[in-house]
Amino acid sequence: MARSVTPRRKLINTTAAWAIGLLIFFPILWTILTSFKTEAQAIAAPPIFLGFDWTLENYRVVMERSNYGRFLWNSIIIAGLSTVLGCIIAVPAAWSMAFVPSRRTKDILLWMLSTKMLPAVGVLYPIYLLFIKMGLLDSRAGLVVVLMLINLPIIVWMLYTYFKEIPGEILEAARMDGATLRQELIYVLTPMAIPGIASTLLLNFILAWNEAFWTLNLTAVNAAPLTAFIASYSSPEGLFFAKLSAASTMAIAPILILGWFSQKQLVRGLTFGAVK
Amino acid sequence: MATKASRSAARLMMAPAVILLLGWMLVPLIMTLWFSFRVYLPLRGGDQGWAGFDNYTRFVTSSAFWPAIQTTLIIVLGVLAITVIFGILIALLLDQPIWGQGVVRILVIAPFFVMPTVSALVWKNMFMDPVNGLFSHLWRLFGAEPVSWLSDASLPSIIMIVSWQWLPFATLILLTAVQSLDSEQLEAAEMDGAPHLKRFWFIVLPHLSRAITIVILIQTIFLLAIFAEIFVTTGGAFGTRTLSYLIFQRVLESQNIGLGSAGGVYAIILANIIAIFLMRIVGKNLD
Repeated sequence: MARSVTPRRKLINTTAAWAIGLLIFFPILWTILTSFKTEAQAIAAPPIFLGFDWTLENYRVVMERSNYGRFLWNSIIIAGLSTVLGCIIAVPAAWSMAFVPSRRTKDILLWMLSTKMLPAVGVLYPIYLLFIKMGLLDSRAGLVVVLMLINLPIIVWMLYTYFKEIPGEILEAARMDGATLRQELIYVLTPMAIPGIASTLLLNFILAWNEAFWTLNLTAVNAAPLTAFIASYSSPEGLFFAKLSAASTMAIAPILILGWFSQKQLVRGLTFGAVK
Repeated sequence: MATKASRSAARLMMAPAVILLLGWMLVPLIMTLWFSFRVYLPLRGGDQGWAGFDNYTRFVTSSAFWPAIQTTLIIVLGVLAITVIFGILIALLLDQPIWGQGVVRILVIAPFFVMPTVSALVWKNMFMDPVNGLFSHLWRLFGAEPVSWLSDASLPSIIMIVSWQWLPFATLILLTAVQSLDSEQLEAAEMDGAPHLKRFWFIVLPHLSRAITIVILIQTIFLLAIFAEIFVTTGGAFGTRTLSYLIFQRVLESQNIGLGSAGGVYAIILANIIAIFLMRIVGKNLD
């Protein structure tokens, strides 16, 4: 509903919007800045905003002490594999629901969504027990499966809404021109579906990366991803601000960058197509 | 275009997703139901037989139950109020023509991408620490005594942290809805001399009502389940034990599986009541 306004009004709006934007972003900015300070400067009173000696020491120490690489690798593997696996299972399902809908398609979609509403804590012990019995506790494979399952409804749903937008007439036209099913798939449908699949992969990678119930409760040492790595910093209170900041920055930087590309998909993926 | 062959092919294509989700739903659910009727203490004698409805009554009559419900309600309602009200205001502001809109949008959305353990720890230490936190510096600057946020004002602190995480989500969805508002209608009202507040109340707000409902429903489902924010900051102390956290403690900390499972069943029922409303709205949109 954007309309034209006077330049004065625009200036006021711009100032207000930037002030609010910076206020909301400030905790992240402050964390990034603090990660480049020495520990003494990090707790200096009054706080130093920019005029400190920039140092990479904290990053070096965090990497050395905490085996950061392994946590990062676990995060990448767990978020990446669970998303890709989810997509492999969801693409055919979403495909058939979008192109060969039946009377029950809507019910199935809603039912899938309802599984996402199951509170994790309600099934914590059964999953915990099954993991122990199957030797999956603190294993990446176990987490890949669980995160794949909790995100599968969102993946199916997002893909469904994307596929739904591919017009059926194009398929008919291709068929009239004598395309075989295989050609139809490779030359017509796949190119049109790729943007939707890419968006789905992106958003679900982010959701899996940030998941902090199962990753905290089902891992200990071997399979712990970055969420657990950061949680381990909760004990030495108020002492190592600079190192905490460096660790935090490393944990959120990759996803912050990816996240900026996924703003639009966020609305679609998290409201299940109910807000457009 | 749907022939018999393509129908059975479609069913086959759907099967893996349906079967996996069915298993994921039913197996743990049946186990939780089963445990909730048992006296089951893995560290103190294991499974000791049937308990009837004992676990269900003991869970709701324990001294921790009502405080946990109260805490849960305060956190959920507090965060909903803050995110929806500020979400609407920020969405309306961002909808105006401004310089650098794209960048501001990114700044506002950024907290959503910060993992819960990071935002909890950053807020806990760098802002709310009573000695070195930024808030304590600010308080001293004005000559006030710094506050021990997470012990003395624990609930407002948690609400603050969680609101910061969810404000971007509310803003983004409400912004999407605001942008779909027909500007001609507003202009007509403006020409008829309707003041700002009236235009907002009678045109903008009704237009947003659906988006607001969706924000409330989706956030409620996620807010009922917040875990890391409490786990990392207070560990459930200082009156921050929510229903989810209470169940977590019964199951993993005191290893009373029967009691915890009964609590889990309550949580599942609660979530389902909210989910039904959400499903109705989403379902309508599918037709």
